Amino acid sequence: MSATEAMRPYLDKIQTRGLLAGIVGLIACGVGFMVDHDQFWRSYLLGYVYWFCLAVGSLGLLMLHHMVGGQWGVAIRRGLEAGTRTIPLMFVLLLPMLFLGSHSLYEWTHAEVVAKDPVLQHKSVYLNLPGVIARAVVYFAIWILLATLLNKYSQEQETAGYWAVRPKLQKVSAPGIVLYGLAVTFAVVDWVMSLEPHWFSTVYGAMFLVGQGLVTFAFMIVLMRHLTDQEPLKDQDKVNNFHDLGTLMFAFTMLWAYISFSQFLIIWSANLPEEITWYIRRLNGGWGYMAAALLIFHFIVPFLLLLQRRVKRKKAWVGMVAAWMLVMRLVDLAWVILPAFSHSEGQMPQPHLNLHWLNLAAPVAIGGIWIWYFMMQLKKRSLEPLQVS
Amino acid sequence: MPRKPLYGLMAEFSTPEELVQAAHRTHEEGYRKFDAFSPIPIEELHHAMHLKDSPLPKFVITAGILGCLGMFGFLYWISAIDYPLNVGGRPLYSWPSFIPVTYEITVLSAGLTTVASLLLLCGFPMPYHPVFNVPRFKLASRDKFFLCIEAEDPKFDLQRTKEFLASLRPYEVSEVEI
Repeated sequence: MSATEAMRPYLDKIQTRGLLAGIVGLIACGVGFMVDHDQFWRSYLLGYVYWFCLAVGSLGLLMLHHMVGGQWGVAIRRGLEAGTRTIPLMFVLLLPMLFLGSHSLYEWTHAEVVAKDPVLQHKSVYLNLPGVIARAVVYFAIWILLATLLNKYSQEQETAGYWAVRPKLQKVSAPGIVLYGLAVTFAVVDWVMSLEPHWFSTVYGAMFLVGQGLVTFAFMIVLMRHLTDQEPLKDQDKVNNFHDLGTLMFAFTMLWAYISFSQFLIIWSANLPEEITWYIRRLNGGWGYMAAALLIFHFIVPFLLLLQRRVKRKKAWVGMVAAWMLVMRLVDLAWVILPAFSHSEGQMPQPHLNLHWLNLAAPVAIGGIWIWYFMMQLKKRSLEPLQVS
Repeated sequence: MPRKPLYGLMAEFSTPEELVQAAHRTHEEGYRKFDAFSPIPIEELHHAMHLKDSPLPKFVITAGILGCLGMFGFLYWISAIDYPLNVGGRPLYSWPSFIPVTYEITVLSAGLTTVASLLLLCGFPMPYHPVFNVPRFKLASRDKFFLCIEAEDPKFDLQRTKEFLASLRPYEVSEVEI
């Protein structure tokens, strides 16, 4: 019996739990939708972006691995490939948000607001609903094409041999990683940055790319940590793999802090009215506590933990830090997305911390469905890592 | 003519696995003053020789923390105490503008400490070392692996140590003159 067969009951169990969480979350979201229509779509956006980052981040890390190699990538490759196969699901989940929810989310979809606002009038050439929908189709076409090719060649590799197919994977990955980066940048500008359509930041795409890498590493470490606890995959429990993955997660944690701070430093130094409002909304009225929490728990604590060799070399510890980072990524996205909705209009925005329970229910609902679909994909292919020979 | 005093005995091996095995056996046999030489880093060697963990990380973290706090404090002293300057109406203590320099100095002091303490812990500068008296030892930086038991080891006995090293099946065993 192969390891994949032996793992099936365990994977089935996680899959069922995912489905259950998804159903419970969906029921809660249904209630929330009745109570507060606008809040539902705002929370949906938060949950969507979080799991979108994990699905598309898998594609990015998979291409990175094909380009640079390394044992860390061989260890998590099956997980990454299963992650890339969930991208079509993310496309389906985007559609209701763009078609039904956009009016609750985006100021620039309100004709009467745009009519009074010369800046939005100029931007409407790019920032209009048909344009956003058409571009979303293009982004997903790029990601799904890349994911399909990489999965197809990866399957070929099992019969034709590792080295015979490797050049093909590299030829897809090299231009693919450029296209992926551009598509993610444009996508988050369309879906998230345009929540505050007057504001702009050129490092915004990079912030999300790094966040994607971080959340994907964290998820794959948690996944590996649990899979290698199971009997058939016990021999894959290699200290060096966890050390390497922990180091990479450490690097992405630092890169997140570096990029987030550089955006803040530039905007804070210039202190221009059209830029600084983004931070005024996120540092006042309660949101400032969240920013401080991010600095401490998204950067300083994981930094000091992952700095130590012995933490990275213990599966249980690095797995715990990774699980913690999964939570902190949601807090970071909440801090980036939610303040866009909770402030009163005027020259000086008056922000107020507003954490609706739907902001937890929607990520759980979408996450449950995603885990269920991810496990379905993970079971489809062999779980034993490819032999490099 | 009396024999020259010996530094130790050196065995040559062709593969890293043999060297690790030999180091393991040497420690088992009770020798403590011995060293292994390899052209490539071998992680297992550390365990086979029962080496203590290097104190290097502690030096580096100390230097990093000192660099971080020192630079931040220095910037605070410059901007708020020694030469207060109003920049764009911001408070004198504007910590965000201190961060890039603090970060750089943290990395710089940790980095320089790494290099300096690595060289010092390795015993540099060292213009002379007896192991180079073995003619084939230059291969230690190319493709051969060496293990040297020092004469200072209390268990060292020329005849018996020679026999022990020969039992490890090396390519050759040579005497290292001081």
